[in-house]
Amino acid sequence: MTDIVEPLPVTRAAAPGRLQAWAQAAVRGFLTHVLPPLVIIGFLLLVWQVLGARPGAALPSPVKVVQDTWELIAHPWYDHGGNDVGIAWQLLASLKRVAYGYSLAVVVGVSLGVLVGQSTWALRGLDPLFQVLRTVPPLAWLPISLAGFRDGHPSAIFVIFITSIWPIIINTSIGIRNIPEDYRNVAKVIRLNGLEYFAKIMLPAAAPFIFSGLRIGVGLSWLAIIAAEMLIGGVGIGFFIWDAWNSSRISDIILALVYVGLVGFALDRVVAFIGRKVTRGTSAA
Amino acid sequence: MSNAYLSLSQVDMAFGDNEVLKGITLDVKRGEYISLIGHSGCGKSTVLNIVAGLLKASSGGVIVDNREVNAPGPDRAVVFQNHSLLPWLTVYQNVEIAVDKIFRGKRTAAERKEWILHNLAMVNMSHALDRLPSQISGGMKQRVGIARALAMEPKVLLLDEPFGALDALTRARLQDEVIRIQSELGNTVLMITHDVDEAVLMSDRVVMMTNGPSATIGQVMDVPLARPRDRIALAEDKVYNHCRQEILSFLYEKQRKVEPISARTSASFAGKEKVAA
Repeated sequence: MTDIVEPLPVTRAAAPGRLQAWAQAAVRGFLTHVLPPLVIIGFLLLVWQVLGARPGAALPSPVKVVQDTWELIAHPWYDHGGNDVGIAWQLLASLKRVAYGYSLAVVVGVSLGVLVGQSTWALRGLDPLFQVLRTVPPLAWLPISLAGFRDGHPSAIFVIFITSIWPIIINTSIGIRNIPEDYRNVAKVIRLNGLEYFAKIMLPAAAPFIFSGLRIGVGLSWLAIIAAEMLIGGVGIGFFIWDAWNSSRISDIILALVYVGLVGFALDRVVAFIGRKVTRGTSAA
Repeated sequence: MSNAYLSLSQVDMAFGDNEVLKGITLDVKRGEYISLIGHSGCGKSTVLNIVAGLLKASSGGVIVDNREVNAPGPDRAVVFQNHSLLPWLTVYQNVEIAVDKIFRGKRTAAERKEWILHNLAMVNMSHALDRLPSQISGGMKQRVGIARALAMEPKVLLLDEPFGALDALTRARLQDEVIRIQSELGNTVLMITHDVDEAVLMSDRVVMMTNGPSATIGQVMDVPLARPRDRIALAEDKVYNHCRQEILSFLYEKQRKVEPISARTSASFAGKEKVAA
């Protein structure tokens, strides 16, 4: 072990050599990371094409899906008024609901998680409630929230909220409970007050746990919104799917599923990315 | 008694029915370097935590600079065994969090910055200010922990086995640096250790603790070696070896770690040999 920091050795290879090495690395990266999913997806599309192109097949083949939905793919932003808007608007409407419900869940969930993590009394009182309520399926909340709010829009937001809050609460409280005694001691020795302790020690120390809760939460909220929108109607990708089903536009449904999957994937990645930025160092220690 | 800077009087500590410490009485002069040595589990760290205010003694009291201690505070800065750096803060920020909290309003931002840099320079960490704890070695982490504690300008510096988790070579270097810093600053230091050489090399007095339960101070030994001390020259030194011998015989003959059932008897025997500080 040395306490002297040595600079990283810089390879002073000739420029063409470096270019070659870079090209090699790029090719290797392509072969190991890009090629396998391409092969599998290509194979599955082929199987689907063969099955879907048979006479009398129930579902359209991929080629047919693209032909049927080309209008939607090419013009995602059209707006003919009412519910007849492009798929980008539908996705945006759903994302907006998720943003409201999820933000609310983050604020309330982290607060409740801190409370339950800090206070044993609150944990004992609330934990049984959490454990039971978190198993209630998202859609089971919809009728009761419709009854309460008497309107589809806030009901959908409430369903998002109530679906995504549980993992946030539970993970936050675990994170708070797992703050090492040493950090608490450091805070005591330098006499941080409650607010300083919360901001400077508790949140950063629990951040890796909080973010894993946030990540699960965002996934659940995207799951819930699609289902909720099918029931409440209006604009939104969930309703778009339901509407397409009612008018037998199976290709539209398939296209929507692809978009829903991609957006869900993107949401997960965004939260994971923010988590990595915020918890730099913490999780590695 | 009157010239004691840090004094513990009749400190008892019990966790439920389990009495850990019994009648710990110790007076430490200003600028003195005291080591507390004993077998693991004897309650050394409990003593330190009581002085730090992190634990509350069941009875008895601790006085630092004529004030009774009953809560943790920066006047008794602790260097924890496992460094306890906050992993999301850089080396600089780990010292800053303490300095900003303690000296906000008393010193300007520029003075505080200067002071942080000064303390990190003192432990030779100026080259890694922007590193995260996960990016530096164990020895460096402990240096930052020491800088953080020194930056609090403590009346008493509490070291809880500060070198315990380090390899032998790093440990020796860090010991030398702590000795140098202490001679420059004249801190009053209370150090927990289970390393006999470390205790003799670094301390003015070595306080030996009996085995628990109901552990107490078994013997206090002066280390009459002139400073600065040179670890290589001392290896041949008669006084040094005598001190070593004394601690070893206390730890391995009088206080040999025995099975828990008979530990109580051995502890009560040792209590009679107690030497007044």
